[in-house]
Amino acid sequence: MKFGVVIFPGSNCDHDTYYALRDVLHQETIFLWHKDHDLRGVDCVVLPGGFSYGDYLRSGAIARFSPLMQEVREFADRGGVVLGICNGFQVLLELGLLPGAMLRNKNLKFLCQYVHLRVDNAATRFTRRIPRGRLLRIPIAHFDGNYFAPAGTLKEIEAGGQVVFRYVDEKGEATEAANVNGSAGGIAGLINKRGNVLGMMPHPERASEALLGSEDGRLIFESLVHQ
Amino acid sequence: MIDAKLLSDHNLTAEEYERIVSLIGREPGLTELGIFSLMWSEHCSYKSSKAHLKKLPTRGKRVIQGPGENAGIIDIGGGLAVVFKIESHNHPSFIEPFQGAATGVGGILRDIFTMGARPIALLDSLRFGPLQNPRNRAIMDGVVAGIASYGNSIGVPTVGGEVYFHEVYSRNPLVNVFCLGLVEKEKIFYAKAEGIGNPVLYVGSKTGRDGIHGATMASAEFGKETEQKRPNVQVGDPFKEKLLLEACLEVMEKGLIVGIQDMGAAGLTCSTVEMPAKSGTGISINLDLVPQREEGMTPYEIMLSESQERMLLVARKENVAEVQRIFAKWDLDAVDIGEVTAGRNLKVSFRGETVVDVPVDAVVNLCPVYRRPGRKPAALRSLQKLVLPAPADDLGSALLRIIASPTIADKEWVFRQYDHMVLTNTALLPGADAAVVRIKNQKRALAMTLDGNALYSYLDPRAGGAIAVAEACRNLACVGARPIGVTNCLNFGNPEKPEVMWQFKKTIEGLAEACRFFDIPVTGGNVSFYNDTEGISIHPTPVLGIVGLIEDTDRIVGAGFKQEGEAVVLLGENQEELGASEYLRIVHGLERGRPPEIDLEKEKAIQEVSIEAIGRGLVRSAHDLSEGGLAVCAAESCLIDRQGTGCVLDLEDDIRPDALLFGESQSRVLLSASADGLPRLLELAAEKGVPARVIGRTGGKEMVVRLRGREVLRLSLEQLVEAWKNSLPGALAVR
Repeated sequence: MKFGVVIFPGSNCDHDTYYALRDVLHQETIFLWHKDHDLRGVDCVVLPGGFSYGDYLRSGAIARFSPLMQEVREFADRGGVVLGICNGFQVLLELGLLPGAMLRNKNLKFLCQYVHLRVDNAATRFTRRIPRGRLLRIPIAHFDGNYFAPAGTLKEIEAGGQVVFRYVDEKGEATEAANVNGSAGGIAGLINKRGNVLGMMPHPERASEALLGSEDGRLIFESLVHQ
Repeated sequence: MIDAKLLSDHNLTAEEYERIVSLIGREPGLTELGIFSLMWSEHCSYKSSKAHLKKLPTRGKRVIQGPGENAGIIDIGGGLAVVFKIESHNHPSFIEPFQGAATGVGGILRDIFTMGARPIALLDSLRFGPLQNPRNRAIMDGVVAGIASYGNSIGVPTVGGEVYFHEVYSRNPLVNVFCLGLVEKEKIFYAKAEGIGNPVLYVGSKTGRDGIHGATMASAEFGKETEQKRPNVQVGDPFKEKLLLEACLEVMEKGLIVGIQDMGAAGLTCSTVEMPAKSGTGISINLDLVPQREEGMTPYEIMLSESQERMLLVARKENVAEVQRIFAKWDLDAVDIGEVTAGRNLKVSFRGETVVDVPVDAVVNLCPVYRRPGRKPAALRSLQKLVLPAPADDLGSALLRIIASPTIADKEWVFRQYDHMVLTNTALLPGADAAVVRIKNQKRALAMTLDGNALYSYLDPRAGGAIAVAEACRNLACVGARPIGVTNCLNFGNPEKPEVMWQFKKTIEGLAEACRFFDIPVTGGNVSFYNDTEGISIHPTPVLGIVGLIEDTDRIVGAGFKQEGEAVVLLGENQEELGASEYLRIVHGLERGRPPEIDLEKEKAIQEVSIEAIGRGLVRSAHDLSEGGLAVCAAESCLIDRQGTGCVLDLEDDIRPDALLFGESQSRVLLSASADGLPRLLELAAEKGVPARVIGRTGGKEMVVRLRGREVLRLSLEQLVEAWKNSLPGALAVR
């Protein structure tokens, strides 16, 4: 599978994601430059974490206007696979490819820590290799990860099985304490109705090697690779 | 007209002014005076410390660059080198904690990437006043948020560091920032201005009126009016710096430039005099071409501004277009503002007039060097005397009090705000004895630590210096790393006070002795004097940053007990030493006595055992004994790992029980070993002549200590967690 990792000015997980895909998963991986208009034949576009344009306005609000994002939108509309991680998730929300928005974390602080994720939809192309009932231990690192959507939208995404990952405790319970950033419904990862666009706040590329403390994130990439 | 008032505003003495006049053969103009005042400030010139710093060892097989450049460089083999340095940003962080700390991070990052290295790790040493005081809470909150905002945004992980609390830092917090970068040996760049006629390029942010006199401000005591110095503190823009980082590394990678220097303290002045001074050339620039953020700036303001995120490059003429194309790709301008000249002067023109024409050598190298008088503080002798109070009755509750004190307590509140995992190299989470980052595509890893105990230095500065080095090396030994290089940040009071100068001299002696002994070169660092507010000096606070190498990433161990039923082994000996201890400070309210003895030979042998045992896979965890002694070390070992593992310790030593549990005798390490590793570990220690004994076992959900068979302490892990983990968030949650 050919991956393309987009570099926005201010992206800072671009090289990490590239490394995980190319050197850990041994997939063909290229960088895509935000000013270009060409996706260069990739099968999956990854919007990486970081602070695109400094995130001085709302996170991801300016990156969505990058020239390449027009291509990404059309690619997604054609059913192309798009994965947005952290800032990439925020960009997908700003683009309107996923519903909702991000607020500041409930404690009003940046949070960098491991969280436990429950896979609430294991039937997606991003999760199908994850063993049933397996909790994922993956780090988050963000200031604006407190997912918000109007009640009607929340109802709809819950009913449609669009919630893919949820913050839970070590036992798999969706408690308030485990929902560290205060997201509506404890939502950590969200997929579009068509099932080709996933946004998630946790960083699977940071949990793809035993040396770094967890390999759970690899299961997401492996799901994508082994369709 | 230059009068006494103007000189005093510039922090220049009458003698210094006369020297300037004789060096340039005339009265300086105002901009020239500003340039001299900046470059001759303590902060830039090291005029009070230079003579003493010479005592530090700076040579070694691995040294590629010692002191005198933006940062030091150490060869790590395989064609790679590490570039690292520590800098203080104390004064700005007191005036405006968030921006002061943020721009401290920005500044140290530029020091590293100007040398062609990609920054891969940040660490911070922070000192604040007690958190009961709302002002101190606000300072800490701001400093931590500022560091986080800059490091997180630019995407360099903050992987470790230390935080101490003491009253002396109430009106003078310390913010020391360390950065390390990785570079291919063949692609190192220096601050050179070579090649007559080569263009001088200005890149990065526009110049504004911010930060004028920042370096001068850092070279004077603070009084009540200091809080009005807010305009002297710059505002950081990590996004701009991220672009600058990528663009600079790209032009360096392609070999398009000759030399590069960042415009940090002393801004455009510093880079336009230091680069030619190193190369035996001059520089001529036209200020009308300097990108400016504000209207009507004077040449004085442009030359002295400390606006952030700016760099000066010297490029070959034929490469300018390509350099500009790369900067444009990153949405940055690279503006040709002048050229390298044969005359060894800095010439600055403004609206057709020459406003500066001074020999760069005079500015950079001919600042007076002071050998200021030193005098042992009168009170020290009596402070070193210690009549020990009766031991605490309840050693368990004493332990809880100690681990709940902010200096010892868990720092998760801090580290959670830092992105400590970006770049996907972080092999040990913050809170370990040393930070460990792997080198991608290699089996090796780098370890880094910051260390310094100011109370030891206050009560015996020479011992404090030596122990800081020994303990930092011990931190590295506890993750299996061998030390390869040192940087230091020396935070002291006003050097014009003989007592402060004495502390400084003694500290350097201790540092020099220990660095020589461990054979680790000092590749640079920073001296921060004038840490006085309203006449009160801080404790002498040397902070050592030591970098080490780990040969095999499969062998890294952390500080926490891993499994039940394993042997707990103590390397080293317990002495009856309570002077300068956290126990005396917290439980008995005493800050006196002498710091523990340090025997460098013993220390080295113990470190060797730890490094080898880890390298051979004989141990499961290793933790250094430091503040709070054996009991605190054991409690932390129970708590650091996620699941938490208790322990039962059986001690036999015939010394005061409080000294046994909380004394801070040096040269001790606590290990845990499996049944398989234990015999080989004990054998290894015996071979090296290092005392090693099994003092207990891991397991259960309690920490229990028995002394000659009698139980003296029993605490549940919940009690320990409650004290250790909740103390800092609790103290900071008060509004």
